[in-house]
Amino acid sequence: MVTNITNLGRSGVSDWLIQRVTAIVLALYTVFIVAYMLFHPELDYATWSALFQRTWMRIFTLLAFLSIAAHAWSGLWIISTDYIKHAYARLGVQTFIIVALFVFVVWGVQVLWGA
Amino acid sequence: MSSKRPIHTIKRPVNLDLSSIQFPLPALVSISHRVTGVIMFVGLAFMLWAFSVSLSSPQGFEAVKDVMTDNALAKLITWGLLASVAIHFVAGIRHLFMDMHVADTLEGGQRTAQITMVASAVLVILAGVWVW
Repeated sequence: MVTNITNLGRSGVSDWLIQRVTAIVLALYTVFIVAYMLFHPELDYATWSALFQRTWMRIFTLLAFLSIAAHAWSGLWIISTDYIKHAYARLGVQTFIIVALFVFVVWGVQVLWGA
Repeated sequence: MSSKRPIHTIKRPVNLDLSSIQFPLPALVSISHRVTGVIMFVGLAFMLWAFSVSLSSPQGFEAVKDVMTDNALAKLITWGLLASVAIHFVAGIRHLFMDMHVADTLEGGQRTAQITMVASAVLVILAGVWVW
């Protein structure tokens, strides 16, 4: 069996499943946000911030943030292993991607619970 | 693994001149799925900035609203990201169907690639109408 040390689930089958589950979460979140914006064409701050005060919306958004990190990592891992042949360059790019996604999640959590 | 021969000594046809290759429609759907994925990763910074500032204060909310309705560059970025989401979304749904063995033959793949292209194009245009 081929195993990797840089991909998300350490096996292709695991990555495949994580990618699908996170894809469904993100598809639902995207449809929700787009529908919300379309139904609130004159959106103001009070309505917008009230939405993100709700516990279920914070949990749904946190789930979306974590899904973005996992989904982006499995996708960008595939792309970087396909196109970047030089091992150190690939490792450098992959490290940058992980750090960027980590920063994204921490920043997102701060916005969700900080304000 | 019986052969220890390095892979580069094996005689096999190699053609790296991409401009000489005819790309079938499913290949174009596949590469646009990848490209839009990378675009959204880069665009995360923009999206999170807008999310963060819009929730920071009423003034922040108005600032994001103003830049997204007045600034041509911000509108272009917003449209580009919405278009990427749309293209990635439709191509992803196609993948989920193929996982369930729906249209996973050569003919089926070509047909769903056509559907994906048309549906993506419609959504990209609608996204443009929404932004402008």
